Amino acid sequence: MMDLKSEDIIKLKEKATILRRHVIKMVYSAGSGHPGGSLSCIDILAVLYFHVMKHDPQKKDAERDRFFLSKGHAAPALYATLAESGYFPISKLDSLRKNDGYLQGHPDSSIPGVEVSSGSLGQGLSCANGVALANRLDDNPSRVFVVLGDGECDEGQVWEAAMLSAHYKLDNLVAIVDRNGLQIDGQTEKVMSLEPFSKKWRSFGWHVIQIDGNNIEEIIKAFDETENIIGKPTVIIAHTFKGKGVSFMEWINAFHGKAPTEEEMIRALEELK
Amino acid sequence: MDNLLSTREACGLTLLNMGHKEKDIVVLDADLSGSTNTKKFAEKFPNRFFNVGCAEQNLIGTAAGLAIGGKIAFAGTFAMFLMRGWEQIRNTVAHDNLNVKLLGSHSGLTNSKDGGSHQCLEDIALMSCLPNMSILNPVDAIEAEKIVINEVYRKGPSYIRMNRLTTPAINTQDYDFEFGKAVEIREGEDLTIIATGTMVSEAVKASEMLKKENINARVLNVHTIKPIDKSSIIKCAKETGHIITIEEHNIYGGLGSAVAGIIVENYPVPMKIMGVNDRFGESGDYNYLINKFGLNEVEIIKNAKKLFGDKK
Repeated sequence: MMDLKSEDIIKLKEKATILRRHVIKMVYSAGSGHPGGSLSCIDILAVLYFHVMKHDPQKKDAERDRFFLSKGHAAPALYATLAESGYFPISKLDSLRKNDGYLQGHPDSSIPGVEVSSGSLGQGLSCANGVALANRLDDNPSRVFVVLGDGECDEGQVWEAAMLSAHYKLDNLVAIVDRNGLQIDGQTEKVMSLEPFSKKWRSFGWHVIQIDGNNIEEIIKAFDETENIIGKPTVIIAHTFKGKGVSFMEWINAFHGKAPTEEEMIRALEELK
Repeated sequence: MDNLLSTREACGLTLLNMGHKEKDIVVLDADLSGSTNTKKFAEKFPNRFFNVGCAEQNLIGTAAGLAIGGKIAFAGTFAMFLMRGWEQIRNTVAHDNLNVKLLGSHSGLTNSKDGGSHQCLEDIALMSCLPNMSILNPVDAIEAEKIVINEVYRKGPSYIRMNRLTTPAINTQDYDFEFGKAVEIREGEDLTIIATGTMVSEAVKASEMLKKENINARVLNVHTIKPIDKSSIIKCAKETGHIITIEEHNIYGGLGSAVAGIIVENYPVPMKIMGVNDRFGESGDYNYLINKFGLNEVEIIKNAKKLFGDKK
């Protein structure tokens, strides 16, 4: 990984702010959606798409790095990232959740750049494993990245898949868990305890990195580290804030699945500059 | 293909044979590779075989990922346990129209001794309501081979329903399989027995016995339950005026339901749906269960006579 100049980091931070603004506008315009979990993982998406991943929106190259959004309810974050990357026009973002709209409420593989449809939780890591296995068979050096939610890790399939990644020593795969601590019904530790979370992953045979998942420098450093891990998959447990970037949404569970009012939207955009 | 094999054995052998030709074939199993017969492929091509352990949801998801990565992914386990991954089949495999071929072995009552938990009488219903999904139910080893070869080259998801036990040979090696096209295997103009899989041989037996009573029963083998051969079914209704369907499946949501929908909408004629009468299976000898549940030529003949009433 090349050394990053401070101006590159500033650019990534600016990009994350632009993506956040898109998310707020999209979810407001749609009148429903999931702003909280979109804002928590958006710094990770910014670093992946604008720094880490090899990908070209103009061509579906077999050797592209692949991204899977297993926590499909963060679709606004993914769509904003794909549009800013050039997969489709930014003007399309306004179609989210609308009649005959270009952008479905949850990721749909008909949308350029979306590798697999998601929304029903717990399935992305299995798919990512499959692609990582296919890449290995083809001597394809590309890497596979998958973002999961922490609440999503209640799903048994996540752990079936976690066993498989380690069993097949998928070091061409990186999972990132958006550990924002909240799920629909409340705090993850009250709904269904995940802790000791890192120990769980470690005991499943994964290399575990823990970071502040809203800190661009730490995210970059974590992805740098993943490149040196041989013979096992890596999980980045990204400690984030749900609603990050908008003061009145941060750590507020009501914004898991609620659109901002017009007044809230204006206030949010004021903060995101 | 040795036609005295079960459809699962034929499928396993075909995968092995096709594995030499097509390098993009991968096979997955969920800890039942010996039973499903995917083990043959596994032993020859260990790098292209993935055992996921007894974890069916992950079986489907991993197969989906391999298909996204450009592979032709065959995923096998008992039919019953594949249904555990129904939601994964719906939301990923079917929704995204992925090149995943689901191999459901030990379908119907053929896993007879293991009992109701392992028998599968609901799979056709569960697969039928999924957009993009095709359902194939081979009648014998030869048809199983041709179906698997066809599925290697036909893009898109499918469910291939296989049985544990040897089924009587219906086809010969020169049989020409056509996806989506039902096969008339006995002629007749009084009645059509529309059957699938294991029940085709019962239909043939019934047809032969009915002939002695001056009832000429046509037999139609529906190997492709979805997309179903609508025009052949309408033709049978028009030409024979009476329809019996029979399948080793619940009477709800299977072949009978599909045929009834076509008949009612296009050319209503008297019809009887035969299958397992909305109950679960139980342990026992296969033949004992088949007879207990009324899935035999004797019951077909009774139903044929009922359809005719006093007319014949």
